[in-house]
Amino acid sequence: MSITSHEKLLHVGGVTVRFGGLVALSEVSLTIRPRTVVGVIGPNGAGKTTLFNVVCGFIRPETGDLSWKGRPLRKHRPDQLAGLGIARTLQGLGLFGGLTVLENVMTGAGRLARTGSLASLLGTGKSARDERELRDRSMAVLTELDVAHVAQLHPGALPYGVRKRVALARALVSEPELLLLDEPASGLSTGEMDELADRIRALTEKTAVVLVEHHMDLVMRVCDEVVVLDFGEVIASGSPDEVRVDPAVADAYLGTAPEELPSA
Amino acid sequence: MTTFFNLTLAGLSSGAVFAALGLSLVIIYRATRVVNFAQPALALISSYVAYSVTKGTGSYWLGFAAAIVVGTVLGIAVERLLVRPLRNAPELSPIIATMGLLLVLQAVAGMIWSNEPHAFSYAFDFRGRFSAADLFAVLAVLVTATGVLLLFKFTSLGLRMRAAAFNPEVARLLGVRVGVMLTLGWGLAAAVGSLAGLLAVPPFISPTVLDEVFVFALTAAVLGGLDNPLGTIVGGLALGIGLSYVAGLLGPELVPLAALAILVSVLAVRPAGLFGRATARRV
Repeated sequence: MSITSHEKLLHVGGVTVRFGGLVALSEVSLTIRPRTVVGVIGPNGAGKTTLFNVVCGFIRPETGDLSWKGRPLRKHRPDQLAGLGIARTLQGLGLFGGLTVLENVMTGAGRLARTGSLASLLGTGKSARDERELRDRSMAVLTELDVAHVAQLHPGALPYGVRKRVALARALVSEPELLLLDEPASGLSTGEMDELADRIRALTEKTAVVLVEHHMDLVMRVCDEVVVLDFGEVIASGSPDEVRVDPAVADAYLGTAPEELPSA
Repeated sequence: MTTFFNLTLAGLSSGAVFAALGLSLVIIYRATRVVNFAQPALALISSYVAYSVTKGTGSYWLGFAAAIVVGTVLGIAVERLLVRPLRNAPELSPIIATMGLLLVLQAVAGMIWSNEPHAFSYAFDFRGRFSAADLFAVLAVLVTATGVLLLFKFTSLGLRMRAAAFNPEVARLLGVRVGVMLTLGWGLAAAVGSLAGLLAVPPFISPTVLDEVFVFALTAAVLGGLDNPLGTIVGGLALGIGLSYVAGLLGPELVPLAALAILVSVLAVRPAGLFGRATARRV
């Protein structure tokens, strides 16, 4: 289904999540449009990762609804996400230590596979061709991210910055329409962060991005819209410039006066 | 030298059986961290099915095929009905459950087919130093094990199965249907276990016929590394040959003792097995 940039890709409407007596998300709404970058910021415990987990189907909201391209997402499972065209990177990377870098990325390419498990089990010619294509596609993404030289290595032995790129390659290989990035800048050097910012902006040619991030410089630089969470509630949303001068944000999130916030 | 050669040949076919049953344990352990103590019982039931079908039709190979199919279905059923409901229970629970199932299925086998031994055919002529039946056992296991290793290493299905085993939550996010992968893994393991049963049972089948073989298979898996299919195959063959030397040179009564000594020694000195990698464990 093709959609224009004015339409909603993902819509989260009035989502509430409680863990026992703790309100993790309260009436949170969010709309992601195609080829835009939306930053979700807030102090630790604000509910950012919980929001990602709701979108991914790991947590069922108590109230509220989600829709993808106008169709309701009800009781969706995490394993359906890739098929919908949504990919996510994890804060802890979550690379498979026992698989090579190339195998890690190929695992993310399953959405593009044209043959099923039975064909793979039987080793049919079609499945062999399919696997060759997935391998080539995975190598192409690794090359694009300048990590093709480590394709046959296991991720455990690689520097953190390289592992981050591998995790990003694994998310991008399925050609998602929406990419959820969970703290992609943590542990990166200034140079690597600049490179990441350019890459995120470049992604918007094809993909929408939701960015959970603590590095305000990066958020203000790459996002079209920023949503600020505090204690599970949306306390502000708008363009980076609007959010930067919002007194509620300065007070609740940064604890500094608006004029002290970093500029883009 | 001739004795040595003969003992090596004799050990190869029994080692192949230990390797196959050990491999069935490893496939499940890698995916779920469960040592499936019910595996010999699943192999036993499928071997009894082979016995009945062969007796009814007169065809060994029809019985053979029926055993593999029934074994696969049983493996899938055990995962779906017994192990999956316990996925959030303490990690010992599914292991204890498979132990319970072992006892139940052995009792059921006795009730259906009686506890008396029945004659069970070999696939081929079993007479001679390294008989056709021995050769078939070695080849069948090597071909099956190679197929399993190729499946894991070179197919996208194998890749998804490995990903599901390494980190189910992340695998789910990448679109892997972890539940389906686990079911397939249990089915595949039970099929390999059934093959081991068919090779180990002759010349007589009774409800406890695979008990000792299971101890040897578990020893092979521990020896090779419970996480390592290739190591288990090598471990199974090495154990078969080693126990054959013990039987031939020191006496057959010492074979179980030797197997247990190897099992305990490996666990004490190198718990990850000769080919396994030590991993951190959450406590």
